[in-house]
Amino acid sequence: MRHVYLVTFFVVVLGVSILGLRGTKFTSAPMDVFPEWAFPGMKHQPKPYAQGSSDFFADGRSDRMPVAGTVQRGMLRDDEHLDHGKTATGAFARGFPEVLPVDFKLMERGKDRFTIYCAPCHGALGDGNGITKKYGMGATPSFHDDRLRQIAEGEIYQTITNGKNNMLSYADKLVPADRWAVIAYVRALQRAQSGTVADVPAAHKSELGLK
Amino acid sequence: MSKIFPKSANSLPLQIIIYLVVLTGIATAGVTYYMTPKYTRIGYAPVQPVPFSHEKHVSELGIDCRFCHSNVDKSGHSNVPTSQTCMNCHNQIKTDSPLLAPVRESYASGDSVPWVWIHKTPDYAYFNHAAHVNRGVSCVECHGKINEMEVVAHNQSLSMAFCLECHRNPETRVRDPKDVYDLNSQTIAAKAGVEAGVKFVHDWKIKPPQSCSGCHR
Ligand code: HEC
Ligand code: HEC
Ligand code: HEC
Ligand code: HEC
Ligand code: HEC
Ligand code: HEC
Repeated sequence: MRHVYLVTFFVVVLGVSILGLRGTKFTSAPMDVFPEWAFPGMKHQPKPYAQGSSDFFADGRSDRMPVAGTVQRGMLRDDEHLDHGKTATGAFARGFPEVLPVDFKLMERGKDRFTIYCAPCHGALGDGNGITKKYGMGATPSFHDDRLRQIAEGEIYQTITNGKNNMLSYADKLVPADRWAVIAYVRALQRAQSGTVADVPAAHKSELGLK
Repeated sequence: MSKIFPKSANSLPLQIIIYLVVLTGIATAGVTYYMTPKYTRIGYAPVQPVPFSHEKHVSELGIDCRFCHSNVDKSGHSNVPTSQTCMNCHNQIKTDSPLLAPVRESYASGDSVPWVWIHKTPDYAYFNHAAHVNRGVSCVECHGKINEMEVVAHNQSLSMAFCLECHRNPETRVRDPKDVYDLNSQTIAAKAGVEAGVKFVHDWKIKPPQSCSGCHR
């Protein structure tokens, strides 16, 4: 009987040394303990997954583009100002679309989105000194020059939507309303950088030690 | 007539029974340890077509998760980024790194980069990212410290027990919504005590489903 226990012990040791402990890194697909062929349980339903692959379509993807001539719900882009940053005559629009009141909420949203999507390159202050500058992206401009201060809001919208030279489009990450929120925040940054003593309300001057 | 069985054979049935009990114990221990998601999934770190490092991009460069996983707060599916997302920077940084060749090819041709999908719930279970991250559940609760991973590895079991553990007691696991994307942040309960967590869950009316149809719909 002692031999039987000895053999069992060695089998266990062998098993543990082959299977390893929990949490070990491995690269092959995880073991399926209850494989679908033996235990059918709707684990893999024959449906397309988001960003999944497909044997059916020629390009091998399950995500499809909208059929030509159709528009997804909520994706109609027919407001010249809101959706294209243009006026009726096709010039870059100045000011913000009427449907989007520029208020604190829009500004907060703009700050949030700017910090995620623009700050890595343009910097938190919009001065072009984002983290990527250190790694060799020298071309990122500062927002604090006269041309960009004077530029129409619609033209910034155009840059976000379609990109410009080395800056690619951010249209897939920001819906039109978010793009305008970002523009509002860019304007706020520009205003903040060009502030002078004259901007401080008289009532608050003493708090800052000003006369 | 000589005896076929020695005297010691009398105890054999008992010894066999004891052995079988021991064997059952070993088998149970083995199954619990090795046939559950804590063993089969945790540590899964497939070789990706591009050796993308979250550690470098998130911790060193400070890029927000949403820069790349831009739909995580908008939809159930947290998208893996398009190659254009990478090209935003890599059209100017490391432009001829051989490691980035698949990304450049994909950007030029429009084909996808064949990233290997790591976290996957079975199709009979419903999961939604936006419902969690917009309600104070941080990525770190389910994916671990991605920001310190050179290669993404499966870090939590994502089994039903794991989901329910939190759904029963969310107050110790929720974060201030603005800390959700900062994987080094602390939960509300760790910062201000469990009462603050309970208050948050109450004020935000957080009611994670515990009934079967919440997740098996
Ligand atoms: C990956 C780096 C990067 C990110 C992120 C980025 N930009 Fe840029 N941006 C650039 C570069 C580079 C240029 C210079 C383009 C050129 O060569 O003219 C630029 C130029 C601009 C300009 C000036 C365009 C002009 O008319 O000259 C504006 C405005 C701008 N970006 C706004 C934004 C906004 C808003 C965001 C966030 C949604 C953003 N950028 C995100 C890199 C970036
Ligand atoms: C610069 C872009 C980028 C940023 C920023 C980024 N990721 Fe990723 N992430 C990727 C790419 C590309 C992949 C796919 C390749 C891989 O798994 O390494 C990925 C994969 C993942 C996966 C595994 C997905 C799967 O296949 O199951 C998780 C989880 C994840 N990221 C979480 C995060 C979290 C959390 C953050 C923020 C702390 C973050 N990511 C920030 C680009 C990014
Ligand atoms: C915000 C800018 C930015 C974005 C977006 C970005 N990267 Fe990077 N990436 C960098 C920087 C900066 C480095 C570091 C370069 C260095 O170390 O000099 C880098 C390094 C790398 C490297 C190592 C290259 C080498 O040769 O050492 C790889 C691979 C890489 N990134 C992949 C990706 C992938 C894949 C994506 C898209 C999911 C991506 N990056 C998105 C900025 C970015
Ligand atoms: C409550 C748990 C939980 C949280 C919080 C969470 N994830 Fe996930 N994540 C999952 C699960 C479960 C899956 C597998 C989903 C599936 O099968 O579709 C997953 C999958 C992913 C994937 C692969 C693509 C997909 O949707 O299948 C990415 C990328 C990802 N998560 C990123 C993130 C990021 C970034 C965050 C934080 C902003 C985050 N996750 C927060 C549980 C979570
Ligand atoms: C760390 C805590 C935590 C973990 C882990 C977690 N959840 Fe949740 N879950 C929540 C919270 C919080 C909510 C939001 C409840 C609310 O909004 O009232 C939620 C909501 C949900 C909902 C309802 C979403 C809706 O659209 O109504 C589903 C479904 C769900 N979780 C599934 C899962 C699954 C599946 C897993 C395991 C992979 C999981 N959860 C893991 C905390 C968690
Ligand atoms: C919080 C979400 C959630 C709720 C609530 C939930 N489940 Fe699940 N269930 C899951 C997930 C996720 C899995 C997949 C687990 C895995 O792949 O490891 C699962 C798997 C299962 C399985 C397959 C066996 C297994 O563990 O792989 C059964 C059976 C099941 N659930 C039954 C139920 C029943 C019955 C209820 C109600 C009492 C219930 N579930 C409630 C999320 C949930």
